[in-house]
Amino acid sequence: MITQRPRLSLWQNLYLPEILRGMWITIRHMIRFKQVTCEYPEKPHAVPANFRGLHRLIQRPGGKERCVACELCLTACPANCISMVAADPGDPSVEKYPLRYEIDTLRCIYCGFCEEACPCDAIELTPHYEFASHRREDFMYTKDRLLDNNRFVPEGERVSKVQTNETYLRV
Amino acid sequence: MQITDDTLEDSQLMTINFGPTHPATHGTLHLIARLDGERIRDAEPIIGYLHRGKEKMGEHLKYNQYLTMTDRMNYLSPALNNVGWCLAVEKLMGITPPPRARWVETIACEMARIMDHMVCNGINAFDVGAGTVFFYMFQQREVLTDIFEKMTGARLTITWPRVGGLPYDLPADFKDDVRKFLKGFYPIVDECEKLLKNNRIFLDRTVGVGAISKERAISYGYTGPCLRACGVSYDLRKREPYLCYDQVDFDVPTGEHGDCYDRFFVRMEEARQSARIIEQCLEKMPDEGPVAVDDYRVILPPKEKVYKEMEAMIFHFKLVIDGVKPPPGEVYQGLEAGNGELGFYIVSDGSGKPYRVKVRSPCYYIYSSYTEIIRGLMISDVVAVLGSLNIIAGELDR
Ligand code: SF4
Ligand code: SF4
Repeated sequence: MITQRPRLSLWQNLYLPEILRGMWITIRHMIRFKQVTCEYPEKPHAVPANFRGLHRLIQRPGGKERCVACELCLTACPANCISMVAADPGDPSVEKYPLRYEIDTLRCIYCGFCEEACPCDAIELTPHYEFASHRREDFMYTKDRLLDNNRFVPEGERVSKVQTNETYLRV
Repeated sequence: MQITDDTLEDSQLMTINFGPTHPATHGTLHLIARLDGERIRDAEPIIGYLHRGKEKMGEHLKYNQYLTMTDRMNYLSPALNNVGWCLAVEKLMGITPPPRARWVETIACEMARIMDHMVCNGINAFDVGAGTVFFYMFQQREVLTDIFEKMTGARLTITWPRVGGLPYDLPADFKDDVRKFLKGFYPIVDECEKLLKNNRIFLDRTVGVGAISKERAISYGYTGPCLRACGVSYDLRKREPYLCYDQVDFDVPTGEHGDCYDRFFVRMEEARQSARIIEQCLEKMPDEGPVAVDDYRVILPPKEKVYKEMEAMIFHFKLVIDGVKPPPGEVYQGLEAGNGELGFYIVSDGSGKPYRVKVRSPCYYIYSSYTEIIRGLMISDVVAVLGSLNIIAGELDR
């Protein structure tokens, strides 16, 4: 298939009728098709549930984090933006827990490898994406803030595709 | 300095900087042009402003982690780069994903190609003064980004698929979404073509502008739409079919003159052919079946199994910590990306990270001919040619 090159007729060379024809297409679009842009700050763009936005640490029923400080998310992260300090909680039912858990969301590239790597569904990317700020510290998500991010997802639901909805973990 | 006729003439040339940050340079490209009036006497493109050391970074990232880098190479069509990388690693490992995964990847590739051509052509038309087309085309691209968003969770940096298949299955209404897109897509392409094909301004700006002959194009190493616009019917999808391209029927559009006009309409026709391929894929794609290889040394086991079975748990930890481990060896795999042949050359030493990664980006070879093409053109044509060659700085500098 070869692209053909047109030979313009006098009518087309006259230019003005062509402009009118072009205008006609534009006007038809204006009338026939509905608006495609969204008025952003007033009406935010609706994202699907599995959108990879801000992280959250999922909680056990008691309000504690599910995370067992296995450091798999940290290993899988290509941007090296997760840092953690593990500790012994002194609770016989939990072996290890993250004393500190911090995600530097300025470094994060929202690839979702952490949620994929987590063996006990403890971290997840929520569909929340509006967390701009003027201050650098606001982007350092500490454990408490990550637990607080649970408010972006309805209680008891999972939004990520790589995670299960069932609970196998001992509480 | 001795004053001769040459220096006198030279001193009347004006040197201007175009870029590195200029709205019409897609990314950060720098061009130092010597102008004789409004004509380009000589030009020197300077590259490297968007160099992020992606090839070097490959040596420090695991095979699957490198997908985050390929995402950001040709950022107009991330799916094509990712699939290309996965194909290369899969070839190195000697594994073949199940048919369903390959069909889905074919569809994703063609959707990405449409996305690439829509941006390229839209912006090219915008650069030569046809703003309307730009908006109509972006509207179509938007629909595709939404489909990708639903499918992978991100609009642009999709980090999808994985070595060995897809990380998760498609959304339930994927087919309907794509069909709906195709229904709206054909009329828009026809309309955009109608708007420009016989438009005198567009013809004046593009016919004969930035032309390159077949022989020169081949000797520069052109591939993709730019080469096909010169009249060479070279397409990796036909020549060395990968994925499912040997099972679908499509034409390879070519041009004749290798100028901006031909490149534009070759891309238009290619987008249409891509839509045709997607249609056939939707028909032939199996609705059920696995989407990834059944080997936990390559793909993470499902979470249920990780909870219940010791073995799956061990595989999960092993895979996350070590990554996929191809055997030692070298491999080259090229695929037909939006701009031409995108190739990945990997040297593996048997560990979880590549020993060396080399990316053959089509833009690099096309951009090397830029000086030759624009010499003698008007300054306003610089942008038109740049847009129609579709130079993506992210891919050019890597
Ligand atoms: S989304 Fe990716 S970059 Fe961000 S914390 Fe998770 S693994 Fe790291
Ligand atoms: S992978 Fe999951 S359980 Fe392990 S440290 Fe990360 S969040 Fe915690």
